[in-house]
Amino acid sequence: MNINMKNEQAQLAAKLPETKPLSGNEAFAQGAWEAGVKVAAAYPGTPSTEILETVAKYPEEDIYAQWSTNEKVSLDVATGASFAGVRSLCVMKHVGVNVASDALMSLTYIGVNAGLVLIVCDDPGIHSSQNEQDTRIMCQFAMIPALEPSDAQEALEFTRLAFDLSEQFDTPVIVRSTTRLSHTRSPVSLGDRVEVESRGFVENPNKNVMIPSNARTQHPKLLEREKGLREYFETSELTRWEKGDAKVGIITMGTPYTYVKEVMGDASILKLAGSYPLPENKIREFAASVDRLFIVEELEPVVETQVKAMGIAVEGKKFFSRLGEFSPELIRAGFAEAGIIDKATIQKDWNVSQTIRPPVLCSGCPHTSSYMALRAINARVAGDIGCYTLATVEPLQSIDTVVSMGSSIANAIGMAKAGGDTKPIVATIGDSTFYHSGVPPLIDAVYNDADITVILLDNHVTGMTGGQDHPGTGLTLRGKKTHRVDYEDVIRAIGVKWVKKVDSYDMAAMYQTFREAIDFKGVSVVISDRPCVLDPLKIKGPSLEVRSKNCTACQVCMNLGCPAISWSDEWYDGHHKVKIDPQSCMGCTLCAQICPSDCIQAV
Amino acid sequence: MNVEKGKSNLTNVLVVGVGGQGVIMVSKVLALICQSNGFQVKQSEVHGMAKRGGGVFSHVRFGPEVWSPTIPKGEADILLALEWAEGLRWINYLKRDGGLFIADTQKIFPPFAARNRNRGADVGYSPETPREILELVGDGYALDATSMANELGNLRAANTVLLGVLSMGLDFEPQEWLDVIEQLVPANSIEINRLAFQQGRDWFAEMQNIPTADRHTAPEIKPNEIVQSVHGRVKLEIVEDWCKGCDICVKMCPERCLRLNGEMIAELSKPDACTGCRVCEWLCPDYAIKVGMLPALEVVS
Repeated sequence: MNINMKNEQAQLAAKLPETKPLSGNEAFAQGAWEAGVKVAAAYPGTPSTEILETVAKYPEEDIYAQWSTNEKVSLDVATGASFAGVRSLCVMKHVGVNVASDALMSLTYIGVNAGLVLIVCDDPGIHSSQNEQDTRIMCQFAMIPALEPSDAQEALEFTRLAFDLSEQFDTPVIVRSTTRLSHTRSPVSLGDRVEVESRGFVENPNKNVMIPSNARTQHPKLLEREKGLREYFETSELTRWEKGDAKVGIITMGTPYTYVKEVMGDASILKLAGSYPLPENKIREFAASVDRLFIVEELEPVVETQVKAMGIAVEGKKFFSRLGEFSPELIRAGFAEAGIIDKATIQKDWNVSQTIRPPVLCSGCPHTSSYMALRAINARVAGDIGCYTLATVEPLQSIDTVVSMGSSIANAIGMAKAGGDTKPIVATIGDSTFYHSGVPPLIDAVYNDADITVILLDNHVTGMTGGQDHPGTGLTLRGKKTHRVDYEDVIRAIGVKWVKKVDSYDMAAMYQTFREAIDFKGVSVVISDRPCVLDPLKIKGPSLEVRSKNCTACQVCMNLGCPAISWSDEWYDGHHKVKIDPQSCMGCTLCAQICPSDCIQAV
Repeated sequence: MNVEKGKSNLTNVLVVGVGGQGVIMVSKVLALICQSNGFQVKQSEVHGMAKRGGGVFSHVRFGPEVWSPTIPKGEADILLALEWAEGLRWINYLKRDGGLFIADTQKIFPPFAARNRNRGADVGYSPETPREILELVGDGYALDATSMANELGNLRAANTVLLGVLSMGLDFEPQEWLDVIEQLVPANSIEINRLAFQQGRDWFAEMQNIPTADRHTAPEIKPNEIVQSVHGRVKLEIVEDWCKGCDICVKMCPERCLRLNGEMIAELSKPDACTGCRVCEWLCPDYAIKVGMLPALEVVS
């Protein structure tokens, strides 16, 4: 490198402001680190995953961070740390709260010793989830204050502040994010970490043991707490009144605030810290100061319902949908419909064709063969949540039901006990999902002697969320070696008599093993075993090729849904022959194994 | 030749492509340059399914003040597509007057494109040619950046070629782009990326003064070949006396349209799904299956 270039780079560095571009998720992690968090736990789930991955990049001396087996466990771990006197963080996606809710509903009665913050990432628009439930309703239900940042800077600041609030008001605090906030990168100014002294364990069974008599004395304290928080938000600078045109007043919070600012920047805006508890006096004052009052909130009318209950005339969901994710254009359309702004001239779309491109299993994905075999067996398949849920759609099309994490095995038990199905009953579940919530239903199956087959799809990683470790990988969140919880040991210990491991890249063995497992009366488990081709390492072997001369264009290979296989320009008997893209083929040989004319060969 | 800044001096760039192509990387480069120039920047993307070969998009917005992280439909100043059909998918996000369209003409066929197994079936992929699209958008460039990068010896540098083209549409110094790119690419590919970036710029310079419809280097993408074919119906004959119920045809049928009946004899259970591929005919050890074609249906007015 010559001196000139060095100078230019120095100039470039000097020009950089004292801020760092962070995604919302990175900012949450930074906020927690700055707040002096000592213990953090989570189960991965889009869009929340990167928060704990980022936490794990801070020094080990500052924060202990771990993947837990599921969301409830992670919340209990964080609660334990709070009992022990240090600030703790728990992170999950919206549906994770359902799993953790049992602990959460008791925790809210108990409160905290050291600050405890739960960051929950909602997914309006259902980019990568099974629903778009609104966590803010859960906050109200559990009487836990909700903070709703609108950008990465606020993500950091709200998280830091949440720990102070938690300790001040003796409550867990939920900081609520959405996919958009979590995955938007914007400049954030950073602060320093405050080291918070451990408070030590405080022996107070009346507070920390939720038996009926204690719970009865704690419950009124929740109402007091709600009142205190309400007063806090009245004067907090998080409740921001931006004076503008008094004809239109808009109450908003979170990401929708940014859309409102873009579209209705001149209006009077009351930006709330969150949806619960509300600063009622401030809202009354604001409502009285404007001619027409609107509430813009994504998903459910949580604030709108509360404000209406206060007896204030307000418009909200009449113009802004309860469904999906907001955007500036939706906000514009809503205010236009309300007669506040002119209708945008809607341009006619250019009429251009759309190529259907759903997400697919990767080329060489070891899940492929399991579903190919199940397809041939024509089984009734209860599916579960993970990459393999993609086998529901064409061409594999071999999953009949998917409910929630860990549901597959118990769903299969119910189907088997109901009787009447002529197809063999099979549950398919991933390795991480199995430890998340698949173990209790497997015990149930053994206990109740259900005649089902469980296919454990062991790809040695939490795949869908981007390759996180779990108890079956033998590595911790920080990548350190730890005890590996062996699947076969666990399954045999539960009492399953028929367990077999099979190589997912051996099509014939898979098929044969599945048939044997199905023939077994009682619970049988097949562990179909091969590492994920993407994580933790990208696996690439020599690619295969199609000897076009012999290809009869039957397209059996295309039933794998492998993205490396596509139609070639050659035809046979009115059908397209196939070709393999050497860049993306990773050489799993599954297509060669099922090709009836044996035309797929090594290059 | 610069994109006219939108209202309130906000510039919107939408980067789209297929999972694994580097959409996030490209938008990161842009965001870093904007930030080092003192702009406020928001870069918003949705990932999660991205690795699974689905479409990926990233909104980059910069200016003195940025509120919404997403670009409203019809307000993108530049649409940068790393893959052809993804560019078409987002084309209506482009601003009508003055929006700049930049696309790689490489086609990544999703497995779904080959779902129609009928005789003479066409691939399910947008048939529009670069010329047609360029005429439609008014201001745009379509180039085979992937081949250009391949000639330089590194397919992965295709994104840098596109960044070179993009750099011609924005107001930042070439050296600033290169500095950021160098920070983000592996050390051993810095030289190739430098060349790729320059090639993108040179190509843009060469093209910018010719009519928009001609601003594409890619060989004209032919409309999908329509093959004259017997669009006839398939007739499957199963000689019941010869079938011993071995199940081979049932298991091997690509369309799952056969089954064994109560007497363990093969039968065609989904006649509409049968494409006449003849796998069952060839594999039957007992020559019990015969695939023939019925003449195409005639249109009776």
